[in-house]
Amino acid sequence: MIVKKDKIADNTYSIWFYHPEICNHFMAGQFLILMVTENGERIPLTIADIDKNNSLVRIIFQVVGYTTKLLSELNVNDSIYSVLGPLGNALKLPENTKKVLLVGGGVGVAPLYPKIKEISIHLKLTADVVIGARNINLFILTDEIEKIANKLYLFTDDGSSGHKGLVTDGIKKAIEDNGNYDICIAIGPLIMMKVVVELNKSLNLPTYVSLNPIMLDGTGMCGGCRFLYDNEVKFVCVDGPIFDGFKVNFDDLMKKNAQYKEYECKLNS
Amino acid sequence: MRLEPKMQDPLSRIRNFEEVSLGFTEEEAILEAKRCRLCGICVKGCPVNIDIPGFIKEIQEKNFRESIDIIRKYSVLPAVCGRVCPVENQCESQCIYNKKGEAINIGALERYVADLISEKPEISIDENGKSVGIVGSGPAGLTAAFELRKAGFTVTVYEALHKPGGVLRYGIPNFRLPDSIVDKEINYLLSMGVNFKLNFLVRKTIFLKELLNLHDGLLLATGAGLPGQLNIPGENGGQVFLANEFLTRMNLMHAYEFPKYHTPIRIPKKAVVIGGGNVAMDCARVARRLGAEVILAYRREEKDMPARRDERIHAKEEGVQFFTLTNPSEIILDEKGLVKGIKLEKMKIIGIDEKGRNKIEGTAQYFDVDCDMVIVAIGQRPNKIIQENSEGLVFDDHGLIKVDENLRSSNPKIWAAGDIVTGAATVILAMGEAKKASANMIKSLLN
Ligand SMILES: Cc1cc2nc3c(=O)[nH]c(=O)nc-3n(C[C@H](O)[C@H](O)[C@H](O)COP(=O)(O)OP(=O)(O)OC[C@H]3O[C@@H](n4cnc5c(N)ncnc54)[C@H](O)[C@@H]3O)c2cc1C
Ligand SMILES: Cc1cc2nc3c(=O)[nH]c(=O)nc-3n(C[C@H](O)[C@H](O)[C@H](O)COP(=O)(O)OP(=O)(O)OC[C@H]3O[C@@H](n4cnc5c(N)ncnc54)[C@H](O)[C@@H]3O)c2cc1C
Ligand code: SF4
Ligand code: SF4
Ligand code: FES
Repeated sequence: MIVKKDKIADNTYSIWFYHPEICNHFMAGQFLILMVTENGERIPLTIADIDKNNSLVRIIFQVVGYTTKLLSELNVNDSIYSVLGPLGNALKLPENTKKVLLVGGGVGVAPLYPKIKEISIHLKLTADVVIGARNINLFILTDEIEKIANKLYLFTDDGSSGHKGLVTDGIKKAIEDNGNYDICIAIGPLIMMKVVVELNKSLNLPTYVSLNPIMLDGTGMCGGCRFLYDNEVKFVCVDGPIFDGFKVNFDDLMKKNAQYKEYECKLNS
Repeated sequence: MRLEPKMQDPLSRIRNFEEVSLGFTEEEAILEAKRCRLCGICVKGCPVNIDIPGFIKEIQEKNFRESIDIIRKYSVLPAVCGRVCPVENQCESQCIYNKKGEAINIGALERYVADLISEKPEISIDENGKSVGIVGSGPAGLTAAFELRKAGFTVTVYEALHKPGGVLRYGIPNFRLPDSIVDKEINYLLSMGVNFKLNFLVRKTIFLKELLNLHDGLLLATGAGLPGQLNIPGENGGQVFLANEFLTRMNLMHAYEFPKYHTPIRIPKKAVVIGGGNVAMDCARVARRLGAEVILAYRREEKDMPARRDERIHAKEEGVQFFTLTNPSEIILDEKGLVKGIKLEKMKIIGIDEKGRNKIEGTAQYFDVDCDMVIVAIGQRPNKIIQENSEGLVFDDHGLIKVDENLRSSNPKIWAAGDIVTGAATVILAMGEAKKASANMIKSLLN
């Protein structure tokens, strides 16, 4: 059951709902799969936060299509038809990591938030954050991140807030200001993760990405989320969703994610 | 002469997802039953040894209630088995009339009485105060739930998906096994007081260790849900499906009723299905019902196909083209990464293997087929999630749980049954194993 719902930016919502099992088993980095109605589609969303004392789970999502729209129309006291989770694996950092750069773009900021929290609050490491958005209206969670990040850099394409430029400019700036990082975690649209990985390869900065293919069951049964990782087939739902970005073939994934575009349009019209 | 139930005509049935076989009428059932000599030789062909002459005799005498009561002593899912058992390899293969190709239609008779008398006897349950957990709600899990509840245990079934039934729900299409039949079975278990916890992925939503604390015994019946892959170029392209994704989208998520149901599927013009088992036939026939031209490519000959005879015949009647002695070597993608064709290699027969099937080898002669969807249906293995060597469980190289002759694992509180023990098999085998495991659980846990 939904206990709290807020619109936190244009087209972006935060929902807290009651789910003791997820709360009791959650590790940062995991996601869930939900259906809004019995006829609905199963969609994956990152578990953005949990409130263990009250058995509450938080999701933050951007309305991009039909299912996220239906979800945004639910209100406090409504129930979500089905929720399966927590799924996927926990975030595991290499040993001796001290300084982490976290990079989020667009809706990737929602799944980035629990990682910042984990690294900064629980692991007590240095967590600097770069967030990019097209314009000032698209920033989400910046207040919350400001509280837990060591340093926060905001970049907009049009310069309407923070610095003008892309997240890759943000990475360069962060390194300029603070020196080298042990690892970078980048989450956002595939194209963003691709350019970040390209830059970081040239900088020799190891980079984790969290992948977001189209999923169905989320239990390793359908193979729909498979992709080629270092010449081996992996399932994002059970082997991921976090992977070494240097080994991911982004071009293939981008093509695959576009498969249903024209059909989803039909639902929305 | 062997009687077959009436079928929906192929031309109309490829436009719907309604059941293909219409089942016997009373008259037909009695006529077919009367051919039976009640000799009982067929019983050894049934994995759960149903008293076949017993139930057929009651049909001969129009005692349908008595007939189904006999079957129910052995099987909890007769309406399911009567529809999906590969009878030509099981009971009917042993029938004395089989040599002449006129085996008694045992499956159709079983289905007839199961459908006719679908309400079930009320069972009075003596609670024994103990509790068991069952992981997975396929035929093995459902059978065990029935047996263990009957013996007085509190029973909780944990299922990862949002609907129970396992392969019966997400794999086997409605035109072979309607959802309503599966629902009836589940409702019966509910009425007996079996608890279902859906959306529970054991090892993620709840850990095995916790289940061991919650219950006196556990049965793992998680099936073999991981689809095999060809490992050829292009296999990860758009519109290349592993069988489970295609079937789950269509059967569990009802993509063919898009947009009433919200899960989409791209309607193919021409689909190529790889494989020759039940899964491949189901994929081919589902794709046909989406209006596609369908080619089924299999590397051996038709006689080697592991699929049920009826499925093969029905697929052909429905216009699925069989390309035998062909093996895919590459899936060809367009610039957007979507399938535009498949390269097939011609195979040749070079002898007979130990199972009596053709042995084959490649000829290095290739040909291309244009298509806009490829479905890979070449076998199933256990899912990765359950395969963690913990709590004393041991798995073999194929990911199957190691059990003793009583289906008890190396952890004395955990039993296992169904495809997770045998590898991909049949519904009735999974049920037979589950019965055996349940019997041993009852014996051990009540001592
Ligand atoms: C592990 C994981 C974690 C995720 N976490 C979040 C999150 O925390 N917040 C959030 O807002 N979103 C998240 N996503 C993406 C989210 O699942 C999709 O936005 C959602 O499925 C879209 O559903 P829809 O029906 O509203 O849109 P649709 O109508 O299905 O799709 C709209 C557009 O989005 C594309 N699309 C569809 N599914 C996905 C997908 N899974 N990923 C990317 N694009 C997709 C379609 O091709 C289409 O172009 C996550 C995805 C994964 C795999
Ligand atoms: C498409 C298809 C067609 C078939 N056709 C026939 C046929 O015509 N005749 C025939 O006899 N056989 C057929 N078979 C084979 C038959 O369906 C299987 O042998 C049988 O279903 C196995 O039963 P099971 O109970 O062991 O597993 P399944 O039916 O696979 O059920 C396992 C269940 O466990 C759940 N699960 C898995 N892991 C977890 C976990 N960690 N936590 C919680 N739940 C979990 C799964 O979601 C699933 O619901 C077919 C199989 C397929 C795939
Ligand atoms: S359960 Fe299957 S094998 Fe056994 S008698 Fe019935 S149809 Fe034949
Ligand atoms: S073997 Fe054939 S004839 Fe004999 S009992 Fe069985 S079905 Fe009847
Ligand atoms: S979503 Fe089905 S295997 Fe990952």
